[in-house]
Amino acid sequence: MSSNKKKQAELIEEISGVNPLKCMKCGKCSATCPSYNEMDIKPHQFVSYVINEDVESLVNSKSLWKCLSCFACVERCPRDVKPGKLIDAARQMVVRQRNNTYLSPDEIPELLDPELPQQLLVSAFRRYRR
Amino acid sequence: MQRIGVFVCHCGSNIAATVDVSKVAEMALMEPGVVHAEDYQYMCSEAGQAKIADAIHEKKLTGIVVCSCSPRMHEATFRKAAERAGLNPYMVEIANIREHCSWIHKDMEEATKKAVILMRAAVAKVNLNTPLQPGESRVTKRALIIGGGIAGIQTALDIADAGYEVDIVEKTPSIGGRMSQLDKTFPTLDCSACILTPKMVEASAHEKIKIYTYSEVENVSGFVGDFTVDIRKKARSVDMDKCTGCGVCQEKCPSKKAPSEFNRGLNNRSAIYTPFAQAIPNVPVIDREACIKFKTGKCGICSKVCQAGAIDYEQKDEIITEKYGAIVVATGFDTINLDKYDEYAYSQSKDVITSLELERVMNAAGPTHGHLERLSDGKAPKEMVFIQCVGSRCSDDRGKPYCSKICCMYTAKHAMLIRDKYPDVNVTVFYIDVRTPGKNFDEFYRRAVEQYGVNYIKGQVGKVIPQPNGKLLVQGSDLLDNRQILKEADMVVLATAIEPNPDVRKIATMLTASIDTNNFLTEAHAKLRPVESPTAGIFLSGVCQGPKDIPETVAQAGAAAVKAIGLLAKDKLMTNPCTAHSDELLCNGCSTCENVCPYGAITYEDKEVNDHGIREVRRLAVVNSALCQGCGACTVACPSGAMDLQGFSNRQIIAEVDAICR
Repeated sequence: MSSNKKKQAELIEEISGVNPLKCMKCGKCSATCPSYNEMDIKPHQFVSYVINEDVESLVNSKSLWKCLSCFACVERCPRDVKPGKLIDAARQMVVRQRNNTYLSPDEIPELLDPELPQQLLVSAFRRYRR
Repeated sequence: MQRIGVFVCHCGSNIAATVDVSKVAEMALMEPGVVHAEDYQYMCSEAGQAKIADAIHEKKLTGIVVCSCSPRMHEATFRKAAERAGLNPYMVEIANIREHCSWIHKDMEEATKKAVILMRAAVAKVNLNTPLQPGESRVTKRALIIGGGIAGIQTALDIADAGYEVDIVEKTPSIGGRMSQLDKTFPTLDCSACILTPKMVEASAHEKIKIYTYSEVENVSGFVGDFTVDIRKKARSVDMDKCTGCGVCQEKCPSKKAPSEFNRGLNNRSAIYTPFAQAIPNVPVIDREACIKFKTGKCGICSKVCQAGAIDYEQKDEIITEKYGAIVVATGFDTINLDKYDEYAYSQSKDVITSLELERVMNAAGPTHGHLERLSDGKAPKEMVFIQCVGSRCSDDRGKPYCSKICCMYTAKHAMLIRDKYPDVNVTVFYIDVRTPGKNFDEFYRRAVEQYGVNYIKGQVGKVIPQPNGKLLVQGSDLLDNRQILKEADMVVLATAIEPNPDVRKIATMLTASIDTNNFLTEAHAKLRPVESPTAGIFLSGVCQGPKDIPETVAQAGAAAVKAIGLLAKDKLMTNPCTAHSDELLCNGCSTCENVCPYGAITYEDKEVNDHGIREVRRLAVVNSALCQGCGACTVACPSGAMDLQGFSNRQIIAEVDAICR
């Protein structure tokens, strides 16, 4: 079980390309986050959840879908840790687990659900734009 | 045939834990020329050195190989030990089986194999070693200090007090440096000018000290003990001998639009100016870019009002060439450019300032005459926010990876002074860590919190947003309370990272002194030789070597002075005998070596040679052994194999390679 937790944390690091150990806990990410008040786990805490291999909590958090993917934290992080990329990676992990087949762009409109989180679309497009 | 002794050091467990040292000694006895081999716990200890001396006497050794740490560590130790026992010191070779072997390998068998190979190479070299005699060079008993801030002034005073001549070269019109811009100094809060200006006066009045202000080092040649330096004395347009420093020219100058460098551009100065009232020398300079006379040919008011007739529009830059035995770099620092930190709104609001700018605002001689006020509308602030680590401790491409070291303390100082003078102003400090090691430093910071009620919040600021009402909205983290803070402030002060003076690259290149990736000058040894550059005769003083505060700078300035005095006190220096020489019969005069020599040690002469009975005049390379540093660049560049290096001859190097490949 613990090895599974470790694998999940490693997967987050792999998808995001972020080394969470570089974080010096300055809090600039949380200071700059426009969705801060909506989040249960705050941006600066994303890092500790990955380090502590508790990706499960991150995946089940409100924050996962409250992050706007505005990347202000990515832009301003002085240590190149980029919490936005970590949460983006957690979202990707969820998406990958749910569905392994990719859609073509023309299939999207009819599938659009008003309940579908906007940021999922944004980050999906960001990731798969060609 | 040589009689070689091989000594294998355990270095405690540093080597012995990874390398089978007795095996190395055993294998050494099978090498050609080796008549003695032994291993010992600490070869560098007195007992270890005695073993070497004993073996030299008993076995009549002619060469020695010590298998130990890097030659940078103990080559000199073992050469001296051999010399004391009557052996030429250049008959000693080091096989580095610590840094090059035991420290970087884990497998004992493999490491031992490698140690044996390194030993073999050294033995092969010693077999071809010849005794070398160092030459002598003279020492010019005069020191040059580059930079006239507190570091340079203190070093100059210390060297001059020991009785040696010192010249200070300062780029700006006055000595004093950054410290002259500061208002108060931590941790005692004494006025910066009150403790600095007496030192400035002392330096300028000292009979052994000559100060070149508004001057820059243009060219450096030569070597330790005998540097030749060209100093460009920029045209001041004012005759230093005639000027009385009355200041009328500055008052009457109609061009008053040039930003004052001394006040960090917060106000303007006249085109003819002294940077500040206590400037030394108290002689103004004309900024030719700003002067109406120089721009349009009309004006000349300063010349008309000058009673002493000191204004000289025709003055030209002057090059002074002087000889020095030692050079001390004291080029100091500047704050980093904040263009990449748009989130703090530094370029958008006049009320977002750097800490150095706040020093000028707080100073009685500053742009606001010492009144704390907003630079946008002159109103007194009620809420002040300080942001720490702006551009420090950043591993991205915007800032500096190091801690600027001084910011925690000067921010506590600023906060305390403001709370003391303006008790109705609220002061908030956003910090990542408060770092206050140092005598009375943490007590100082705690006083700001406990006695003066400064509000310290752990968390960085993400954004400063100028508001339509003129206020600044500060969005920051409070990590300990796990909340995001939105705070309206009247002024925001940025603890901006410091970086070495940008000119230092140019100066380091001239001096062939090495600098690190952050442009700080590198020490000869980070712990044991912290005020010397690896380049002989070059010493380091102040922030050019790394971030430090005034007490540390003054201490280091004294240390650099002592090292310089140690050099100047010598009448002669031993020169390195491992220099290049050219074989006249092989040299074809192609100039390749001259082009690659970084020390300008190679020249060409027309010389008559006798080439197997044929007498003719040829153009030949000649090495000045006093200038040659033995780098070997010429030996590899020479297409005909004429250049060779004593102590590292081509034959010796090939013998080492052969021994490794055997």
